[in-house]
Amino acid sequence: MLKEAYSGSIKYMQILDEEGNVDQSIPLDDIDNEKIIRMYKLMVFARAVDSKVLSLQRQGRMATYGPCIGEEATQIGAAIAMNPNDIFVPNFRQHALYLARGMPLENFLLYWKGYEEGNIPAAKINGMPVIVPVGTQMQHAVGLAFAQKQRKTGNAVVAYVGDGGTSEGDFYEAMNFAGVMKVPVILIIENNGWAISVPRSRQSAAETLAQKAIAAGIPGVQVDGNDVFAVYKAVSEAIRNSKDGAFVIECITYRMSMHTTSDDPTKYRSEADVNEWKARDPILRLRKYLSKHGLWNDDMESKMNEEYAKLIDAAVEKEEAFKPDPRSMFNSVYSFIPQVLQEEMDDAEANNYWR
Amino acid sequence: MVTALNNAIDLLLKEDENVVVLGEDVGKDGGVFRVTDGLQAKYGDNRVIDTPLAESAIIGTSIGMALGGLKPIAEIQFAGFMYLGFGQIINHCSRYRTRTRGTRSLNMVIRTPVGGGIRALEHHSENPEALYAHANGLIVVEPSNPYDAKGLMISAMHMNDPVIFLEPTKLYRLFKQEVQDGMYEVEIGKANVVKEGSKLSIITYGTMTRIVEDVVSKKNVDAEIVDLRTISPLDEKTIIDSAKKTGRVMIVHEASASFGVGAEISARIAEKAIFELQAPILRVASPSIPVPCPGYEDYYLPNAKKISNAIDKILSV
Ligand SMILES: Cc1ncc(C[n+]2csc(CCOP(=O)(O)OP(=O)(O)O)c2C)c(N)n1
Ligand SMILES: [Mg+2]
Repeated sequence: MLKEAYSGSIKYMQILDEEGNVDQSIPLDDIDNEKIIRMYKLMVFARAVDSKVLSLQRQGRMATYGPCIGEEATQIGAAIAMNPNDIFVPNFRQHALYLARGMPLENFLLYWKGYEEGNIPAAKINGMPVIVPVGTQMQHAVGLAFAQKQRKTGNAVVAYVGDGGTSEGDFYEAMNFAGVMKVPVILIIENNGWAISVPRSRQSAAETLAQKAIAAGIPGVQVDGNDVFAVYKAVSEAIRNSKDGAFVIECITYRMSMHTTSDDPTKYRSEADVNEWKARDPILRLRKYLSKHGLWNDDMESKMNEEYAKLIDAAVEKEEAFKPDPRSMFNSVYSFIPQVLQEEMDDAEANNYWR
Repeated sequence: MVTALNNAIDLLLKEDENVVVLGEDVGKDGGVFRVTDGLQAKYGDNRVIDTPLAESAIIGTSIGMALGGLKPIAEIQFAGFMYLGFGQIINHCSRYRTRTRGTRSLNMVIRTPVGGGIRALEHHSENPEALYAHANGLIVVEPSNPYDAKGLMISAMHMNDPVIFLEPTKLYRLFKQEVQDGMYEVEIGKANVVKEGSKLSIITYGTMTRIVEDVVSKKNVDAEIVDLRTISPLDEKTIIDSAKKTGRVMIVHEASASFGVGAEISARIAEKAIFELQAPILRVASPSIPVPCPGYEDYYLPNAKKISNAIDKILSV
């Protein structure tokens, strides 16, 4: 006997095209004008923050930083779709998501200057801290989702991983657990085409990354990650259905800037490649939509920019007033202070090793 | 040190076509620190391989390659990410030889950047040498200068054992040193007495070697400085001889103190030379806390002042 044991396919969704036109065949659900303007403003804000951090970094006022320029829709679509009590689990490039969820900007800046104190308010906005070891956070997301289910909170967990991160064993294992445990988790693959210098094509021989979900027995979809409407729709649907189990959403976007401030992308990709994606900019296309529908004008744009510039400057000022306390390195390791740590801390303080 | 390592790997690739380099961003990008820069262009993408992002697979596949007769030099982008491949290292790298009673050995090197001082993000400044040394069956080396880096890399590949090759990021571009052209080896398992002295022995390695040298020369103390170069297996003879000679021992490393290499060295000295000591052994190391984010780095890393105070203290006994 020879029969088909399994067949599957992955759908791709785009609602808002590069020219700002909407595909009428796909219902916008609850995307109203108020939401659309909110999406736009949050995306612009994230980009303004990115460019500010990059300029501070060049002046030596920030540590290494990886901007999310070009990837805003992939994050803002989800941020707007999430309920306040839903939990988000980022990797390290989800700046727009953090800010949209209400991370105080001065804390955001503080983290990227190199201080753990920046992570403190994440808990208040139901977010996890920045996670640097790629892909490892996906398992936490599954555990968090299991806890939501067990404790009947009704909350969903939304986790992010990059295209590179989907190659890690941790990612596959997380997906597999999510399938078996049937937990309310939405695993978002922020496929920005690159993992430092390694292109998506060298990351996996699979045609889509979303199809990895099929092997874990959970549904997956691919969306245009530069289309904030499509991201919103996919994530809201997944959250709505999260009682039935996990969901994988691959967002196709593009890392328009360097990997981090330590990276030189000219070593491995061409300007032409980047330019092609500039035309697909998520902010640009939403702006086109807004103009077409008379929802936005240059006056509003310049007012917004002014407001953001002020807001950002004020946050930088606050952040720069922060005085690190080296004792916090010792006090926060355990729920108590072991004698060894106490002695090391006292020794450093008494002998003035902290300068 | 980047140039010296690049040169060593270049020579090894040229010498033996079974040598392959693999890791994240090692090809076109030449590695995030440029240690493998230009090598893919020179030897092709079958010899210098950009892998998908998966440390366990980089190490596990390297093990398979070595079992299949190749000689892999795997790069793990930062030591902080090597933990994702820790199972492969501990379960297999360290014991394949003994499991097969020597009939299958792993001629491979796992290179990875270690240590702080470059203001990198969390997980980019780890010093995990004690973990690998404690595994038994692994060779663990950590050079403190370009000359040793090149010679140790060549020795590591010429040796039929798995080598964990730790490269201090701080030293990658810190100073220039004349390094001879062509192949040469620096013996693995042999410490280097960088400076002879009679009043005090300072045992150190990696980045701390430079700082210790500076402090000792500024203070003008008659100290003997031993640079381990190989952490495991430990060059016990050089250490014990020096301890007996000076009667005072200080151990300086960047990794945290608790359960570290310093503890091992001091136990060995206590076992073999305690009656020849005139003062308790002192360790200068990072505190026993996780490596902090870069903003706190200066408060965390052992600095010249801490080393200098310890020298005063041990000489005053
Ligand atoms: C486990 C692990 N390995 C390596 C790194 C170093 N590193 C940081 S980001 C990155 C590429 C990540 O690519 P991707 O997952 O696509 O995310 P992106 O950077 O594109 O947002 C690498 C290799 C890391 N942080 N964690
Ligand atoms: Mg990516």
